[in-house]
Amino acid sequence: MEHAKMVNIYLYTRYERFWHWLQSAIIILLLITGFEVHGSFRLLGFRTAVDTHSFVGLSWLILFAFFIFWIFTTGEWRQYAPTTRKMLAVVRYYSYGIFRGESHPVPKRKEAKHNPLQRLVYLSLAALLLPIQMATGFLYWSYNSWPAWGLDWLSLPVVAAIHMAGAFAILSFLVVHLYMITTGHTISAHTRAMITGWEEVEEGTRIEDWEQKERKSPQTD
Amino acid sequence: MIAKSNEARCTSCHAGYGWKGNDFDFTDQTGVDCLVCHEQTGTYKKFPAGAGNPAPREMVFPGNGKTYHPPDWNKVAQSVGRPTRNNCGTCHFFGGGGDGVKHGDLDSSLMKPNKMLDVHMGTDGQNFDCVRCHSTTLHNIAGRVYTTPAYEHRKSLIEDDLASKITCESCHSSSPHKEDAKANDHTDKVACQSCHVPRFARVNPTKMWWDWSQAGKKKNGKPYKVKGELERPEYDTLKGDMKWAKDVVPEYYWYNGSIEHLTVKDVIDPGKDVVINRPVGDKDDIHSRIFPFKVHRGKQPYDKVNKTLVVPHLFPKGPADADAYWKTFDWGKAIAFGMDYTGLPYSGEYDFVETSYVFPITHMVAPKDNVVACKECHAHEGGRLAKLTGFYMPGRDNFRALDTLGWIVVIGALLGVVLHGLGRVFTANGRKEQ
Repeated sequence: MEHAKMVNIYLYTRYERFWHWLQSAIIILLLITGFEVHGSFRLLGFRTAVDTHSFVGLSWLILFAFFIFWIFTTGEWRQYAPTTRKMLAVVRYYSYGIFRGESHPVPKRKEAKHNPLQRLVYLSLAALLLPIQMATGFLYWSYNSWPAWGLDWLSLPVVAAIHMAGAFAILSFLVVHLYMITTGHTISAHTRAMITGWEEVEEGTRIEDWEQKERKSPQTD
Repeated sequence: MIAKSNEARCTSCHAGYGWKGNDFDFTDQTGVDCLVCHEQTGTYKKFPAGAGNPAPREMVFPGNGKTYHPPDWNKVAQSVGRPTRNNCGTCHFFGGGGDGVKHGDLDSSLMKPNKMLDVHMGTDGQNFDCVRCHSTTLHNIAGRVYTTPAYEHRKSLIEDDLASKITCESCHSSSPHKEDAKANDHTDKVACQSCHVPRFARVNPTKMWWDWSQAGKKKNGKPYKVKGELERPEYDTLKGDMKWAKDVVPEYYWYNGSIEHLTVKDVIDPGKDVVINRPVGDKDDIHSRIFPFKVHRGKQPYDKVNKTLVVPHLFPKGPADADAYWKTFDWGKAIAFGMDYTGLPYSGEYDFVETSYVFPITHMVAPKDNVVACKECHAHEGGRLAKLTGFYMPGRDNFRALDTLGWIVVIGALLGVVLHGLGRVFTANGRKEQ
């Protein structure tokens, strides 16, 4: 074993962890109830599925507003700024290097939690897929108010189709995401980090300037 | 089948009190019998073939073998009062000449129903009489359904306390469910009856099929009847084959309160099922809602050349009437007589055609725990609204291509990570080689 010495770093704050697990519960509940309403299987019963889906969906919409507020006031949005730098290296790592026992080309740091591939995926998720899903979900839920809101030009089948496509995209993300959390230096390392906040990384990994964007000095919190 | 040339029988209910011949004025309102609606002794009975008159002396009606007595006029006249279910039910529960023949939601079980059968009329509950909802203004009774809508406005008594009480909304408003209940979002497109009358004919059977082409068969040279499982005739030489059913799931159509009728003058297409009447409505019409119906189907004679329905003369006018079908069982003669009597052309050639007739379902409202469940309509296959197309309904409709593509992506992702994972297991994350 020629691994570098590992050190524990505090990667995820309490709020981040809370938000992550809350959102994962929300997404899983919405997937289950949503696909039941869609008719893919029978579990809770149609009425309970609809009521749960509406309640959880609307709650998510409200909580997401807090998340947006948090991400901009803390400057954490920078973690999502997309970059192509080292992207190929990351792709190469997951498709080849990981089988060769190589180290991750862009290790985690508090100031740079996401590698370029993650940035792209999470940005698409947080800025595109989830908002689209929330918007179409909200419209779906408010179907009866469309005429009153001047939205009667909208088409329910189109809204439903977009919402459905989004659901498939999120489910696919979930599948890959659940797998990717096993790719830490141990199978449970990433999961542990998201529970306790602490992750083991190789000592001495330097954060590149480009990863930090314009934030010049490390945070003091 | 039609009343013309059979008036002596039909006018015992269809107003035409004192009918004598073809020159009877059906528009004369004095031809409406006051007593049948208002007498309360329960002894006033019309002789079935007496043109709306009670038996003038003790008489036996051959159709059912019952003896009819002349009324005690003094008692009957002195008993008049507000109509009860017995008054209305005498005709409306027996439309078509028997219990539950025509309507699926009106039969003798509503004389004394429990609230499981009808939550409003149940004698163990609200105990409503018919006139509680069918309110009247100067003898104009709310709730008839022909070409004009039964109601023009969806008003509740809160909006207008003189509104007719005929619609559910009159008393219950258009958002009668708990606040935020999804059911309240349905009331613009789905009539209350669609969910709240889950099945009709829940106690007594109703006739669903009537094939006149099979009438006229005899046993040992005599007309006969065969009783079916539901204690109703499955065969009757006079009427043909019949099917009865209990606990029937309604069929659903868009309906704005009007029903369009075919007349005996309209040309039909005998190659298809002939729709004698149909609910008027459309998914895009804001006045239309999805409404439950009993659809009575059957076979009846039509004119092969003129392509019209015909008017057979069924009921004999007297012992010497050789044209009446129920005397001689000769359709040719019966149709020729009926068409001539009605003044309509007849080619002389007849055959039988399949027809359908809708009856709106609005009575037999079940208690709220027994309503139609969401899944009975919001289902991929076999849902109650499977035949209503052209609009998207969650749980019923999907986009096959999107679903297929979606699952391919999800399963592809799953296969991808499984393969990737296996790769890591076999290379042990590359550690073995180091």
